[in-house]
Amino acid sequence: MTGHAQAGRPNRLLRNLNAKIASIPMMLTAVVIFLGGTLWTVLYSFTNSKLLPRLKFVGLEQYERLWSTPRWLMSIENLAVFGVFSLVFSLLIGFVLAALMDQKIRFENTFRTIFLYPFALSFIVTGLVWQWLLNPEFGIQSVVRSLGWTSFDFNPLYNQEIVIYGILIAALWQGTGLVMCLMLAGLRGIDEDIWKAARVDGIPTWRTYVFIIIPMMRPVFITTLVIIASGIVRVYDLVVAQTSGGPGIASEVPAKYVYDYMFLAQNLGQGFAASTMMLLAVAIIIVPWAYLEFGGGRKRV
Amino acid sequence: MNSSVSIKDLSLSFGAVNVLENLNLEIRDGEFLVLLGSSGCGKSTLLNCIAGLLDISEGQVFIKGKNVTWEEPKDRGIGMVFQSYALYPQMTVEKNLSFGLKVAKTPQAEIDKRVARAAEILQIQPLLKRKPSELSGGQRQRVAIGRALVRDVDVFLFDEPLSNLDAKLRSELRVEIKRLHQSLKNTMIYVTHDQIEALTLADRIAIMKNGVIQQLDDPIAIYNAPRNLFVAGFIGSPSMNFLNGELAARDGKPVFVANGVTFGLDGYDADGTLKAGRKAVLGVRPEHIKVNEDIAAGSEIHDAIVDIEEPMGADNLLWLKHAGHTMSVRINGSRRFQPGTAVKLAFDMTMASVFDAETELRI
Amino acid sequence: MSDRTIQARPAAAAGALVATLSGPSGAKPKRRLSGRNIMIYGTLFVAAAYYLLPLYVMVVTSLKGMPEIRLGNIFSPPLEITFEPWVKAWSSACTGLNCDGLSRGFWNSVRITIPSTIISIMIASINGYALSNWRFKGADFFFTILIVGAFIPYQVMIYPIVIVLREIGLYGSLSGLVIVHTIFGMPILTLLFRNYFASLPEELFKAARIDGAGFWAIYFRIMLPMALPIFVVAMILQITGIWNDFLFGVVFTRPEYYPMTVQLNNIVNSVQGVKEYNVNMAATILTGAVPLLVYFISGRLFVRGIAAGAVKG
Repeated sequence: MTGHAQAGRPNRLLRNLNAKIASIPMMLTAVVIFLGGTLWTVLYSFTNSKLLPRLKFVGLEQYERLWSTPRWLMSIENLAVFGVFSLVFSLLIGFVLAALMDQKIRFENTFRTIFLYPFALSFIVTGLVWQWLLNPEFGIQSVVRSLGWTSFDFNPLYNQEIVIYGILIAALWQGTGLVMCLMLAGLRGIDEDIWKAARVDGIPTWRTYVFIIIPMMRPVFITTLVIIASGIVRVYDLVVAQTSGGPGIASEVPAKYVYDYMFLAQNLGQGFAASTMMLLAVAIIIVPWAYLEFGGGRKRV
Repeated sequence: MNSSVSIKDLSLSFGAVNVLENLNLEIRDGEFLVLLGSSGCGKSTLLNCIAGLLDISEGQVFIKGKNVTWEEPKDRGIGMVFQSYALYPQMTVEKNLSFGLKVAKTPQAEIDKRVARAAEILQIQPLLKRKPSELSGGQRQRVAIGRALVRDVDVFLFDEPLSNLDAKLRSELRVEIKRLHQSLKNTMIYVTHDQIEALTLADRIAIMKNGVIQQLDDPIAIYNAPRNLFVAGFIGSPSMNFLNGELAARDGKPVFVANGVTFGLDGYDADGTLKAGRKAVLGVRPEHIKVNEDIAAGSEIHDAIVDIEEPMGADNLLWLKHAGHTMSVRINGSRRFQPGTAVKLAFDMTMASVFDAETELRI
Repeated sequence: MSDRTIQARPAAAAGALVATLSGPSGAKPKRRLSGRNIMIYGTLFVAAAYYLLPLYVMVVTSLKGMPEIRLGNIFSPPLEITFEPWVKAWSSACTGLNCDGLSRGFWNSVRITIPSTIISIMIASINGYALSNWRFKGADFFFTILIVGAFIPYQVMIYPIVIVLREIGLYGSLSGLVIVHTIFGMPILTLLFRNYFASLPEELFKAARIDGAGFWAIYFRIMLPMALPIFVVAMILQITGIWNDFLFGVVFTRPEYYPMTVQLNNIVNSVQGVKEYNVNMAATILTGAVPLLVYFISGRLFVRGIAAGAVKG
């Protein structure tokens, strides 16, 4: 596309004009909203905006305040616990279910439909169902007690120490079906001949999985990891529906902190600073992945 | 010369990669030109540049004397047939044929006339109401040709049109394309990697490598007098035998010496001078080596041992060991040799080629 | 399996005839209840029970009267089936602001989901087509931003959008929310369509250009009819995604336009009055009904949609 102009060569801007006109919404979205909006928020996180955004810079003051607010620290701690457990369990459960589904079983479609249907539901619906199931007066705890095990104690939604695990159970119920589907697609993508070769060589099934299949599924695992991880950072609706952040502030999460400070507490600066931290967290997940996927990809081939 | 398509100093680069560089090509009116080369040589790219499907970086393209370098494909007076047929899957054959004319707002009566004519020429009238998915590969390619036909264009472009077909259909359609060219007398530019297609169809062949035309000539000239080592090796199956050695003089006459064996070059029609001491490559096609009783009286005789025999029906291919070289010889299919048999050979130097070992050009 | 293997080696059969006769022959005996199968199906059934349990509890709770709920356990089937909670959830449950039930939220969600789905898919399919077939200079730059943008937490971009919508006078309106859904649906849908159009043979596009068709003619007459399956996938993705949205609904609309999810949360988590669990569960099922219906009808296409949507995260 280089080289000097030539007689009769049409204006480069006018080439593919229709394609360019048709892409205007995309260009606007990309540049104004995604790029511009993000930069705007980061910029205003260094101001002391309260009810309305204003450009009065206060340096890192908002961040200092953020990291000394107990509620934010609690949010981060919750996110870390929730994140680690939901990563581990959803990968584990998802993979085991997928491996079982891959054994040429009958009713595969029925099982898949059952495992995946929660994923079609709203987080609000999920949160409310599990709020009911974990209700200490009528839910699982009371049912088990009424069966005779009267000392049974499982009341996560009203216990500050374990409330985050109550949310974890609901999140796993909703999300593992997706992980199972991705893993199953990964397993189905593996050449049948690998299994035949392992069988002829007399390698036990579990060893084939651990030493051959799982390493071969590395790309699927990485993609799944990124999907789960960026979902974790966003977790919001589920907490709102299930606990509203309670009891007290025991189940607060960063996304809720941002919303509350922006739209309820009318402390925009705090909201911007907190959302910038979320952006940073996502960048930490995405950048290495993008590097592996696109930067290191050439070397791997 | 009455030129139909002419390409002047055409260059195309994608970023830093030059796919075509300073390419010049004149195609005569009514000519069947084949662009031949292995994949990645730039032949399809060149065709796409002629069609206007790729924006070129430098140079000009003329069709029928009109500079079309920056014209839209539809305004160039071309029709194109693709390897994957590229039929619109949701339209019937008839709609496929008429789509271009409809876009151009041709009157319906004219459309019907042209579709009927194309269908008649290609004998696809019974298929007009069917969808492409209901057609065989050969039928689909016929429809694809028909789509170019109805456009009533000056120049037909074929991009490996037969490569997706099986061997039998390929040879059938090859004949049909040739017949089509004979009756329509349009200019046709045909891209292929198949040398049989190139040799059988072309008025002239342009052999390409790395975006450069290596030789542009009629098929017989390309086969018998390849201009360089690449062309010599590319055309012909099994390929030409190459012997590495050097030129020398014996009794004042030029000879070729390889591994201590001397080959007289009597009868070789040299382009340049066969200077003694020059490193060279001697190329002889398998059918230009005579075995035992085929040898004409007075020929220079060489000794060889049969290594492997490959009977192919009409022909029989012998792989021989001769002075440290392995070479193939094509003989009549009825003559059989056991491996290990000693045979006598004679080389037909009037049909051989000698190349400079450094420039790889024919001497 | 084993008998086929023997048939496949007829040459060996002659020599080994004696050995074959004395060894096992015929079909391999089937073991119906191997330990392995019991383990596989056992695990799957337990897992299935875990996934189905909440749905079951939702349904039975919604069919009981409050006195029965207070007495019994949540797993027991209703002694006396009543549809009153459903009626109440739909038409008279209170949200703290008003007492006309979920019906208002349902119709709001319909009014949000339909235009958002149509507009976002229209724009994204054109984007994908332009990106895969027309590749104008700079297109990849915008596309890269779009894809990276898919990973940015919504919270980062929400406030700037509030400002933009306020400036053009659409903040709080349904049209504003439609725009927001179109924006945030764009990355994944554009990717979906771009990959689909890129998977079609490029020669088809070239043939259409030689036939003289331009940008819009190729889109409407060649590409669109070929892309129907992917349009269905995109529709599934968008209908469920938009219907289930909560955050955008809260942020970008006024209370009278709150979508169903927001309305549901307000009903269930409203602090006033006595908790009516049966009404809450009926309301929850009603809210989940639309995406569930889409899910059960679409089957495999849904899986394909989420596999594509998975890239978004």
